[in-house]
Amino acid sequence: MVPSVSLNSYLILSAILFTIGVTGVLIKRNPIIIFMCVELMLNAVNLTLVAFSRYQSTVAASTGLTPSHAIDGQMMVIFVMAVAAAEVSVGLGILVSIFRNRTSINVDEIDLMKG
Amino acid sequence: MTLLFALLATIAVVCGILMVVQENPVRSALFLVLVMFSLALLYLTLNAAFIAAVQVVVYAGAIMVLFIFVIMLLNLGTPEPMPNKLKPQTLLGIFAGLILVGVLVSMLVGNQPTGETLTSNLVGAKEIGLTLFDPGKPWLFPFEVVSILLLVAAVGAVMLAKKRI
Repeated sequence: MVPSVSLNSYLILSAILFTIGVTGVLIKRNPIIIFMCVELMLNAVNLTLVAFSRYQSTVAASTGLTPSHAIDGQMMVIFVMAVAAAEVSVGLGILVSIFRNRTSINVDEIDLMKG
Repeated sequence: MTLLFALLATIAVVCGILMVVQENPVRSALFLVLVMFSLALLYLTLNAAFIAAVQVVVYAGAIMVLFIFVIMLLNLGTPEPMPNKLKPQTLLGIFAGLILVGVLVSMLVGNQPTGETLTSNLVGAKEIGLTLFDPGKPWLFPFEVVSILLLVAAVGAVMLAKKRI
Protein backbone atom coordinates (compact mmCIF):
# COMPACT_ATOMS: atom_id res chain seq x y z
CA MET A 1 0.00 0.00 0.00
CA VAL A 2 1.88 3.05 -1.25
CA PRO A 3 0.44 6.17 0.33
CA SER A 4 -0.41 8.98 -2.02
CA VAL A 5 -0.67 11.43 0.87
CA SER A 6 2.56 13.32 1.43
CA LEU A 7 4.35 13.67 4.73
CA ASN A 8 3.60 17.38 4.70
CA SER A 9 -0.14 16.78 4.76
CA TYR A 10 0.18 14.88 8.01
CA LEU A 11 2.51 17.51 9.46
CA ILE A 12 0.15 20.36 8.54
CA LEU A 13 -2.82 18.52 10.04
CA SER A 14 -0.76 17.95 13.17
CA ALA A 15 0.19 21.64 13.33
CA ILE A 16 -3.46 22.67 13.02
CA LEU A 17 -4.54 20.26 15.78
CA PHE A 18 -1.69 21.46 18.01
CA THR A 19 -2.74 25.06 17.47
CA ILE A 20 -6.34 24.26 18.35
CA GLY A 21 -5.02 22.78 21.59
CA VAL A 22 -2.85 25.82 22.34
CA THR A 23 -5.73 28.20 21.66
CA GLY A 24 -8.03 26.18 23.88
CA VAL A 25 -5.53 26.28 26.73
CA LEU A 26 -5.26 30.05 26.31
CA ILE A 27 -8.96 30.93 26.15
CA LYS A 28 -10.86 28.39 28.25
CA ARG A 29 -11.64 28.85 31.96
CA ASN A 30 -12.69 25.31 32.79
CA PRO A 31 -9.56 23.37 33.76
CA ILE A 32 -11.08 20.08 32.58
CA ILE A 33 -11.39 21.44 29.05
CA ILE A 34 -7.85 22.81 29.40
CA PHE A 35 -6.70 19.26 30.19
CA MET A 36 -8.55 18.00 27.13
CA CYS A 37 -6.74 20.58 25.03
CA VAL A 38 -3.41 19.40 26.45
CA GLU A 39 -4.40 15.87 25.41
CA LEU A 40 -5.17 17.18 21.94
CA MET A 41 -1.68 18.73 21.75
CA LEU A 42 -0.08 15.45 22.83
CA ASN A 43 -2.09 13.65 20.17
CA ALA A 44 -0.94 16.08 17.51
CA VAL A 45 2.67 15.37 18.45
CA ASN A 46 1.94 11.63 18.34
CA LEU A 47 0.62 12.02 14.81
CA THR A 48 3.87 13.77 13.86
CA LEU A 49 5.97 10.98 15.33
CA VAL A 50 4.02 8.23 13.58
CA ALA A 51 4.13 10.10 10.26
CA PHE A 52 7.90 10.59 10.53
CA SER A 53 8.43 6.95 11.43
CA ARG A 54 6.45 5.99 8.32
CA TYR A 55 8.41 8.21 5.98
CA GLN A 56 11.89 7.48 7.31
CA SER A 57 13.13 4.98 4.76
CA THR A 58 15.24 7.18 2.49
CA VAL A 59 17.00 8.71 5.47
CA ALA A 60 17.61 5.21 6.81
CA ALA A 61 19.04 4.04 3.50
CA SER A 62 21.43 6.98 3.12
CA THR A 63 22.79 6.96 6.67
CA GLY A 64 23.25 3.23 7.08
CA LEU A 65 20.44 2.74 9.53
CA THR A 66 18.41 -0.39 9.10
CA PRO A 67 14.73 -0.17 8.24
CA SER A 68 13.96 -1.47 11.72
CA HIS A 69 14.75 2.01 12.97
CA ALA A 70 11.55 3.11 11.27
CA ILE A 71 9.68 1.77 14.29
CA ASP A 72 11.40 4.18 16.70
CA GLY A 73 8.79 6.89 16.27
CA GLN A 74 6.06 4.48 17.28
CA MET A 75 7.98 3.49 20.40
CA MET A 76 8.12 7.14 21.39
CA VAL A 77 4.36 7.40 20.86
CA ILE A 78 3.84 4.59 23.37
CA PHE A 79 5.88 6.44 25.98
CA VAL A 80 4.04 9.69 25.27
CA MET A 81 0.75 7.87 25.85
CA ALA A 82 1.98 6.47 29.17
CA VAL A 83 3.10 9.90 30.35
CA ALA A 84 -0.22 11.41 29.23
CA ALA A 85 -2.15 8.83 31.25
CA ALA A 86 -0.06 9.59 34.35
CA GLU A 87 -0.47 13.33 33.85
CA VAL A 88 -4.24 13.11 33.49
CA SER A 89 -4.70 10.95 36.59
CA VAL A 90 -2.65 13.29 38.79
CA GLY A 91 -4.12 16.45 37.26
CA LEU A 92 -7.71 15.35 37.69
CA GLY A 93 -6.93 14.30 41.27
CA ILE A 94 -5.67 17.83 41.94
CA LEU A 95 -8.87 19.25 40.41
CA VAL A 96 -11.03 17.10 42.68
CA SER A 97 -9.16 18.24 45.77
CA ILE A 98 -9.37 21.91 44.68
CA PHE A 99 -13.11 21.52 44.12
CA ARG A 100 -13.47 20.14 47.63
CA ASN A 101 -11.92 23.23 49.17
CA ARG A 102 -13.22 26.01 46.93
CA THR A 103 -16.44 24.75 45.22
CA SER A 104 -15.36 26.41 41.98
CA ILE A 105 -12.51 25.33 39.78
CA ASN A 106 -12.57 28.05 37.14
CA VAL A 107 -9.00 29.07 36.50
CA ASP A 108 -9.76 32.78 36.70
CA GLU A 109 -11.01 32.45 40.29
CA ILE A 110 -8.10 30.49 41.68
CA ASP A 111 -5.72 33.30 42.52
CA LEU A 112 -4.32 32.27 45.91
CA MET A 113 -0.77 32.52 44.65
CA LYS A 114 -1.26 35.95 43.14
CA GLY A 115 0.99 38.43 44.93
CA MET B 1 -6.26 7.28 -0.01
CA THR B 2 -6.14 11.04 -0.42
CA LEU B 3 -9.90 11.18 -0.05
CA LEU B 4 -9.74 9.13 3.14
CA PHE B 5 -7.05 11.37 4.55
CA ALA B 6 -9.03 14.50 3.65
CA LEU B 7 -12.16 13.10 5.27
CA LEU B 8 -10.39 12.08 8.49
CA ALA B 9 -8.44 15.32 8.70
CA THR B 10 -11.63 17.35 8.25
CA ILE B 11 -13.38 15.36 10.97
CA ALA B 12 -10.43 15.81 13.32
CA VAL B 13 -10.09 19.55 12.78
CA VAL B 14 -13.82 20.31 12.89
CA CYS B 15 -14.33 18.23 16.04
CA GLY B 16 -11.27 19.85 17.61
CA ILE B 17 -12.66 23.33 16.99
CA LEU B 18 -16.09 22.30 18.25
CA MET B 19 -14.43 20.86 21.36
CA VAL B 20 -12.87 24.22 22.15
CA VAL B 21 -15.96 26.35 21.49
CA GLN B 22 -18.35 24.17 23.53
CA GLU B 23 -19.31 25.51 26.94
CA ASN B 24 -20.57 22.16 28.24
CA PRO B 25 -17.61 19.97 29.28
CA VAL B 26 -19.47 16.72 28.51
CA ARG B 27 -19.96 17.77 24.90
CA SER B 28 -16.30 18.78 24.74
CA ALA B 29 -15.32 15.32 25.96
CA LEU B 30 -17.50 13.63 23.33
CA PHE B 31 -15.98 15.75 20.56
CA LEU B 32 -12.54 14.86 21.89
CA VAL B 33 -13.49 11.17 21.58
CA LEU B 34 -14.35 11.78 17.92
CA VAL B 35 -10.95 13.44 17.40
CA MET B 36 -9.27 10.43 19.03
CA PHE B 37 -11.10 8.00 16.77
CA SER B 38 -10.23 9.88 13.60
CA LEU B 39 -6.61 10.03 14.75
CA ALA B 40 -6.68 6.26 15.33
CA LEU B 41 -7.85 5.76 11.74
CA LEU B 42 -5.10 8.11 10.55
CA TYR B 43 -2.57 5.94 12.38
CA LEU B 44 -3.98 2.97 10.45
CA THR B 45 -3.36 4.79 7.18
CA LEU B 46 0.24 5.17 8.38
CA ASN B 47 0.51 1.37 8.90
CA ALA B 48 0.68 1.75 12.69
CA ALA B 49 -1.91 -0.85 13.67
CA PHE B 50 -0.77 -1.31 17.25
CA ILE B 51 -0.65 2.43 17.91
CA ALA B 52 -4.16 2.76 16.47
CA ALA B 53 -5.46 0.04 18.78
CA VAL B 54 -3.73 1.59 21.80
CA GLN B 55 -5.12 4.98 20.83
CA VAL B 56 -8.67 3.64 20.93
CA VAL B 57 -8.15 1.60 24.12
CA VAL B 58 -6.13 4.09 26.16
CA TYR B 59 -7.27 7.49 24.93
CA ALA B 60 -10.83 6.98 23.73
CA GLY B 61 -11.38 4.39 26.44
CA ALA B 62 -9.50 4.92 29.65
CA ILE B 63 -8.56 8.60 29.63
CA MET B 64 -11.94 9.81 28.40
CA VAL B 65 -13.74 7.70 31.01
CA LEU B 66 -11.55 9.40 33.61
CA PHE B 67 -12.58 12.80 32.24
CA ILE B 68 -16.28 11.90 32.27
CA PHE B 69 -15.98 10.57 35.81
CA VAL B 70 -14.41 13.79 37.05
CA ILE B 71 -17.02 15.91 35.25
CA MET B 72 -19.70 13.82 36.95
CA LEU B 73 -17.96 14.04 40.33
CA LEU B 74 -17.60 17.81 40.10
CA ASN B 75 -21.14 18.30 38.75
CA LEU B 76 -20.06 20.60 35.95
CA GLY B 77 -22.85 19.68 33.54
CA THR B 78 -24.52 23.08 33.50
CA PRO B 79 -22.06 25.96 33.64
CA GLU B 80 -23.52 28.81 35.68
CA PRO B 81 -23.19 32.26 34.15
CA MET B 82 -20.41 34.04 35.97
CA PRO B 83 -18.41 37.14 35.17
CA ASN B 84 -15.65 36.02 32.88
CA LYS B 85 -12.40 37.69 33.81
CA LEU B 86 -10.70 36.19 30.78
CA LYS B 87 -12.75 38.10 28.17
CA PRO B 88 -9.90 40.26 26.84
CA GLN B 89 -7.68 37.21 26.80
CA THR B 90 -9.97 35.33 24.42
CA LEU B 91 -9.36 37.52 21.39
CA LEU B 92 -5.67 37.67 22.17
CA GLY B 93 -5.55 33.88 22.47
CA ILE B 94 -7.29 33.32 19.14
CA PHE B 95 -4.93 35.85 17.54
CA ALA B 96 -1.88 34.08 18.98
CA GLY B 97 -3.22 30.73 17.77
CA LEU B 98 -3.67 32.07 14.24
CA ILE B 99 -0.09 33.39 14.29
CA LEU B 100 1.20 30.02 15.53
CA VAL B 101 -0.61 28.01 12.87
CA GLY B 102 0.53 30.48 10.21
CA VAL B 103 4.17 30.13 11.22
CA LEU B 104 4.04 26.34 11.45
CA VAL B 105 2.23 25.82 8.15
CA SER B 106 4.37 28.33 6.26
CA MET B 107 7.50 26.54 7.50
CA LEU B 108 6.11 23.21 6.32
CA VAL B 109 4.85 24.37 2.94
CA GLY B 110 8.26 25.80 2.04
CA ASN B 111 10.17 22.59 2.80
CA GLN B 112 8.92 19.56 0.94
CA PRO B 113 10.97 16.59 2.19
CA THR B 114 12.21 14.60 -0.76
CA GLY B 115 12.47 10.86 -0.96
CA GLU B 116 10.30 7.91 -1.65
CA THR B 117 7.92 6.65 0.96
CA LEU B 118 8.54 3.60 3.06
CA THR B 119 6.54 0.58 1.97
CA SER B 120 6.72 -1.28 5.24
CA ASN B 121 4.33 -3.84 6.54
CA LEU B 122 1.74 -3.19 9.18
CA VAL B 123 3.48 -2.64 12.52
CA GLY B 124 1.56 -4.79 14.94
CA ALA B 125 2.00 -5.85 18.53
CA LYS B 126 4.72 -8.37 17.63
CA GLU B 127 7.10 -5.84 16.09
CA ILE B 128 6.46 -3.35 18.90
CA GLY B 129 7.09 -5.99 21.55
CA LEU B 130 10.27 -7.28 19.92
CA THR B 131 11.65 -3.74 19.73
CA LEU B 132 10.51 -2.76 23.21
CA PHE B 133 12.09 -5.69 25.02
CA ASP B 134 15.23 -6.03 22.92
CA PRO B 135 18.21 -5.38 25.24
CA GLY B 136 20.25 -4.15 22.27
CA LYS B 137 17.82 -1.28 21.66
CA PRO B 138 17.43 1.77 23.90
CA TRP B 139 13.79 1.17 24.87
CA LEU B 140 14.08 -1.29 27.74
CA PHE B 141 15.27 1.21 30.35
CA PRO B 142 12.64 3.86 29.49
CA PHE B 143 10.04 1.10 29.74
CA GLU B 144 11.06 0.38 33.33
CA VAL B 145 11.15 4.10 34.15
CA VAL B 146 7.64 4.52 32.75
CA SER B 147 6.40 1.67 34.92
CA ILE B 148 7.71 3.51 38.00
CA LEU B 149 6.14 6.74 36.71
CA LEU B 150 2.75 5.08 36.40
CA LEU B 151 3.06 3.65 39.91
CA VAL B 152 3.91 7.11 41.28
CA ALA B 153 0.96 8.61 39.41
CA ALA B 154 -1.43 6.01 40.80
CA VAL B 155 -0.20 6.53 44.37
CA GLY B 156 -0.28 10.31 43.90
CA ALA B 157 -3.86 10.26 42.60
CA VAL B 158 -4.99 8.21 45.58
CA MET B 159 -3.22 10.55 47.97
CA LEU B 160 -4.76 13.63 46.35
CA ALA B 161 -8.26 12.19 46.41
CA LYS B 162 -8.14 11.30 50.10
CA LYS B 163 -10.31 13.31 52.46
CA ARG B 164 -7.58 14.03 55.02
CA ILE B 165 -3.97 13.87 54.01
